[in-house]
Amino acid sequence: MKMRRYAVLLGLILVVGVVLSACGSGSSSGQGGSGDSFKTAMVTDTGGIDDKSFNQSAWEGLTKFGEDNDLKEKEGYDYLQSNSASDYAGNLNRLVQSNTDLIFGVGFKLAEDIGKVADQNKETHFAIIDSVVEKDNVASIVFEEQQGSFLAGVAAATKSDSGKIGFVGGEESELIKKFEAGYVAGAKSVNKDIEVDVQYAGSFGAPDKGKLIASNMYNSGVDVIYHSAGGTGNGVFAQAKDLKNNNPEGNYWVIGVDRDQYDEGQIGDNNVTLTSMLKAVDVAVARVAQDSKDGEFPGGEIVSFGLKDDGIGIAETNTEAYTDDIKSAVDEWKQKIIDGDVTAPGTADELKAYVDSL
Amino acid sequence: MFSSTKFNFIIPIISVLLGLAAGAIIMLIFGYNPILGYQALWNGVFDSPFFMSETVNRITPYILTGLAIAFAFRTGLFNIGAEGQVLVGWVAAVWVGTAVDAPAFIHLPLALLAAAAAGALWAFVPGILKAKLGVHEVIVSIMMNYIALHVTNYLIRFVLTDNQETTEPVKQSASLTNDFLIGLTGSRLHLGFIVALLMVLVMWIILERTKLGYELKAVGYNQHASNYAGMKVGRNIVVSMLISGLFAGLAGAMQGLGSFGNAFTNTAFSNLGFDGIAVALLGGNNPFGVVLSASLFGFLKVGSLNMSSAGVPNEIIEIVIALIILFVASGFIIRWALLQLKKGEKK
Repeated sequence: MKMRRYAVLLGLILVVGVVLSACGSGSSSGQGGSGDSFKTAMVTDTGGIDDKSFNQSAWEGLTKFGEDNDLKEKEGYDYLQSNSASDYAGNLNRLVQSNTDLIFGVGFKLAEDIGKVADQNKETHFAIIDSVVEKDNVASIVFEEQQGSFLAGVAAATKSDSGKIGFVGGEESELIKKFEAGYVAGAKSVNKDIEVDVQYAGSFGAPDKGKLIASNMYNSGVDVIYHSAGGTGNGVFAQAKDLKNNNPEGNYWVIGVDRDQYDEGQIGDNNVTLTSMLKAVDVAVARVAQDSKDGEFPGGEIVSFGLKDDGIGIAETNTEAYTDDIKSAVDEWKQKIIDGDVTAPGTADELKAYVDSL
Repeated sequence: MFSSTKFNFIIPIISVLLGLAAGAIIMLIFGYNPILGYQALWNGVFDSPFFMSETVNRITPYILTGLAIAFAFRTGLFNIGAEGQVLVGWVAAVWVGTAVDAPAFIHLPLALLAAAAAGALWAFVPGILKAKLGVHEVIVSIMMNYIALHVTNYLIRFVLTDNQETTEPVKQSASLTNDFLIGLTGSRLHLGFIVALLMVLVMWIILERTKLGYELKAVGYNQHASNYAGMKVGRNIVVSMLISGLFAGLAGAMQGLGSFGNAFTNTAFSNLGFDGIAVALLGGNNPFGVVLSASLFGFLKVGSLNMSSAGVPNEIIEIVIALIILFVASGFIIRWALLQLKKGEKK
């Protein structure tokens, strides 16, 4: 008896669903014919568009593109939020079905789903940030992090009094090795004998480990640490701020990553953030969206952003610590990289060759 | 007067309605249009076959984790470790799915079995510690969750792949996906829902039609009385945890062999196991109730992604879900209110 009641209820739900969906699709087919106006949208990874990081930066780029082209939010440019990895495919498909011309996937975690959805929808254009998907209708946006890291190394070596600087990485991977190689090369370019202490925390989300590593580094005489470790880097900041708080005269500097981390370094009247290596996801997103709108979508290509096109940069917010001589040294090397006189190494092998050539 | 089974049915339904109503009020307070919001929620699922099948895919693992929690609850155990059991089941299924070569009728069952065994093994540890030493299963299974998270990450990174974040896709012979279904909907709809519904029957049969089930429930009602009646309480605890872990492990297989077709490193939990607690609670720990509540959860989670089209932040649905659980958990208030109403009518 009870069983039958459940079965009836289940049947009812299904019937209602089907009937209503028939009504729904009837009305939605009317919206499709909005004509040839350009529409672009992005799918976030599990951080929201207010994550102070990647997603936020990408959304800022898309917003700028929309404003430059007099598009309306929701109609001309939009975003869909993913709360878990299961949401990526659904969100991508939702955008395809609403006739979006160009869909951005923010972060390498969407690479797999972008690949699949792009295969099923050859007419739609996609762009993936920080990863490479080899399909004709996908543009892969990557950054020359080694160039910015090189300049971070130049700044660190110029700032350091002790001749010892540090690098804290998150997980050991090709991507983070790019940061490490560029940083070491930049530092050695300024001071061939500088000692660089390189350590990996094994995680992007372990601030406690970051704090411990930073504590050991500062104790051993390191005075500048560059982190490329996401949340783990917050531990590096925490340790530097602790030390600075106890000893305002001491040299405890941190170089931030991805965006300007000046605010993270504030402790009382002091700020431990020497500078930050900037990765301008917003610039890249706006550029690719504009190209696509102008009919020059870089499908199937790897679009690389570096110092030359302001896709990579170095922050100059902390004017007290980031002195004029550091600025002039950084600018000098920046020009050399842009002119092609110097190539920032991106792997361990390239780094070795570079250091040997000094 | 309402019978107790009637209450088990009515309280969740009233809770859902109250939760949705509260969600509407919250939307109004923050200046969103609740009608458009809920319409977008509904259309987000029923607008196209694609999203209907996405919803089925989402419901499938919820049914299984819901069963896992509900089964343990019926024996008086709180298997909060379903989360970890999902993860090990997921990786075990993908491991067999990628490493073994066999025809589909052997390969697929083998991969499912591996997932079930891995989940059961993970649940065995808290089970045996509870049975032999009286260690509380909640503490142990929470810790087992973290062990599972990091062990599976290690396996994916260094054993299943060479320092990659994602494994190879499972071979077609072990995949739950089906070309006919994919062609029909263009989605990743897979056959896992059949496995899930089978397990619903399995749970019902074990609990209602076997001596084992009777004993398990008896232990759940009163351990000491069961012991006095000559039942082996410790053995029943272990068996209950094993079966519970088996369900959770299969939920992982649904993801690994179906929706995703691979395994990837996680920095945080998938939440399938934790959501399963809510599914079981809302479903009244009844296998068929779990199907209904899992369906509601899948519907809300998939539909909410469309709410931004009505300008409503989809986090609102997380609040609605939390409120529904709150109302179910305080079901005695609803029960009291209903009884008061009845009394009033009689006078």
